[in-house]
Amino acid sequence: MSIATRDTNELVIRSRGMAKNFGSVKAVQNLDLDIERGKIYGFLGPNGCGKTTSIRMLTGLLTPSEGQVDVLGMRLPEQASKLRYHIGYMTQVFSMYRDLTVRENLSFVAKIYGIHGTAQSTRIDELLQLYNLEELANHFAGLMSGGQRQRLALAAAVLHKPQLLFLDEPTSAVDPESRRDFWEKLFDLSEAGTTILVSTHYMDEAERCHALAILEHGIKRADGSPQALMEEMNAHVVELQSDNNRQVKQALISHPEVISAAQLGTRLRVLVDKTIEQPDTWLQNQLPSEDYRSLKRVRPSLEDVFVTCTGKGQG
Amino acid sequence: MNFYYRIQAIFYKELMQLKRDRMTFGMVVMIPLIQLLLFGFAINTNVRYIPVGLVDQSQTALSRILVQTVSATQVVSFKSQYATVPEAEQAIARQEVRAVLIIPEDVSQRLVRHGTVGLATPPATDEETSRPIAQWLTDGSDTMVASSIKSLRNMPLAELLSKPANRSIPTFEVTLLYNPEQRTVVNIVPGLVAVILTMTMIMFTSAAIVREREHGNLELLINTPLKSIELMLGKIIPYIFIGLIQVSLILCLGYFIFHVPLNGSLAALAAITLLFIAASLVLGLVISTIAKSQLQSMQMTVFVLLPSILLSGFMFPYEGMPKVAQSIAEALPATHFMRLIRGVVLRDVDISSMSFDLIWLAVFTVLGLMVAAFRFKKRLD
Ligand SMILES: Nc1ncnc2c1ncn2[C@@H]1O[C@H](COP(=O)(O)OP(=O)(O)O)[C@@H](O)[C@H]1O
Ligand SMILES: [Mg+2]
Repeated sequence: MSIATRDTNELVIRSRGMAKNFGSVKAVQNLDLDIERGKIYGFLGPNGCGKTTSIRMLTGLLTPSEGQVDVLGMRLPEQASKLRYHIGYMTQVFSMYRDLTVRENLSFVAKIYGIHGTAQSTRIDELLQLYNLEELANHFAGLMSGGQRQRLALAAAVLHKPQLLFLDEPTSAVDPESRRDFWEKLFDLSEAGTTILVSTHYMDEAERCHALAILEHGIKRADGSPQALMEEMNAHVVELQSDNNRQVKQALISHPEVISAAQLGTRLRVLVDKTIEQPDTWLQNQLPSEDYRSLKRVRPSLEDVFVTCTGKGQG
Repeated sequence: MNFYYRIQAIFYKELMQLKRDRMTFGMVVMIPLIQLLLFGFAINTNVRYIPVGLVDQSQTALSRILVQTVSATQVVSFKSQYATVPEAEQAIARQEVRAVLIIPEDVSQRLVRHGTVGLATPPATDEETSRPIAQWLTDGSDTMVASSIKSLRNMPLAELLSKPANRSIPTFEVTLLYNPEQRTVVNIVPGLVAVILTMTMIMFTSAAIVREREHGNLELLINTPLKSIELMLGKIIPYIFIGLIQVSLILCLGYFIFHVPLNGSLAALAAITLLFIAASLVLGLVISTIAKSQLQSMQMTVFVLLPSILLSGFMFPYEGMPKVAQSIAEALPATHFMRLIRGVVLRDVDISSMSFDLIWLAVFTVLGLMVAAFRFKKRLD
């Protein structure tokens, strides 16, 4: 984890054609990933798009139906048992023991990783402090709130100081305040050199990642840094103000060039295909002028990227 | 070294969980206690005081003495008297009584000519003299009741006439070793050790892996460097202690309540018990790697438990069972342990002379552990 290796953009995860079928269900199809060391990489997609299945294949818990997977230079699933010492995994479903206390849970995980004696108690105290769990040390994990459980699960996942951390929808059961704190912790870990792969269905979280992949029905629709994705997006974004949003929306989405029109309060956010060079004038031509009060082009957001590359917007 | 620490981690975790699971913890003590009392008091193959009826067609002093003599055996107890035989038959059908003694009008004549009384030694071909003096009408559906009544067939009648008996010398003399008073409980208590251990040991571990899966803990476990065999060993070790507690409880209560002695050595007892506990725990683990839910693991436990109670020799002698049942019994650890523990507790047998059962249990344990560890894949698919 020296500076030198970080500069060379060494690949921590590399997959080619990774796929998983459950019977006739194609949970993940032909997934190519190149994830660099030290990055926070996101999997963005709705429920059932294959995020958990992908993470399980990358951790060696599931055997891919097809494709080649290398994680930390180890070939999966053959070298899965060797990989276990170097990765941490926070599962989507809370997987700590509910009838053990916070400290007992951490101590259990520590022993499993061969950390004992004073090294263990020092590390656990450090984690309890870092993740605000000191007062909860003797509480049963099963009786804690979503945010507290999440901090415990993260503490357990990083206990053995893994180089690579997998987080599966870590913030789905957590309030916005805790989510913000949680991301602070992730940036601290990333700063210290840990590579993080995090799955989410929240746009704002995805936007914090250094790079991300947008998944739909097990297929990667796009990947890259959030900025690049927004710049290279296949659509223009126009916002218009109108009094009868619903009617205008109905009128607009009947045009094949309009990818989507979403209501945001009194505004209507319209995505127009890139083939239209002047989307504002084009829209003005499509709509009678009394239908809207104002009309202007705006900067795209990650949500716009998501809409354009999934569902109707996709190729 | 890590091997040891990881087993210890699982062991300690199981212990903490067990300690906090009041229900399970209570069962550790309650199951042996309740079962011992139930089986100890309820099961009795020497049936006594069977309710019976009487149809006395002779109404003589002799018939009354006959009834008293029969009562004195304690096998039956006369509940009611019926005027006619059909009435008595209906009483049997209603289960008011299990059998009826019919004393014929000519009971006195029959008695004086009766061979066992010795007033005459008539030729065996003489129809008139070889008739029994009275008749038992018995509900034969319960074979245990029926055979108790049948045991009255050759009841001595000498006292009836206060005459010296012309008792025939028995063909065999029977000496009853180990349980001279013929108390059923003597055989039941050591057998109960096998039944209760089968029940609790398999039950505890059969849910072990399934529970981790159902609670979502499995995904955490298999992502760690923990090995299957470490998980399996860590899971069974705490229950070995529980098994030993239960055995001590059963044998102590058996000694104090039912006066069942421990004739063999404690060392031999400990050795065979540990072996059987290990075999049962491992069987539970194998079930746990097959079952998909805790309900399924429970069903499979019962599936093993029933033949262990019925075929192991606990309730019915192994030798009396048909070949198929015997082969099934041989496949159950409980059968082998049943022989061993009865041998040690009742007959102070030298266990090295029962090495087949010992080796069978040891091999079963090792193979089972390997199967469980092999079946438990560190994968989700
Ligand atoms: N063990 C499994 N057996 C069968 N189908 C599965 C299994 N796990 C996941 N799937 C299916 O694979 C698809 C992707 O699921 P998943 O990876 O859990 O999605 P996500 O984590 O993005 O919500 C879904 O259609 C799901 O039903
Ligand atoms: Mg998921």
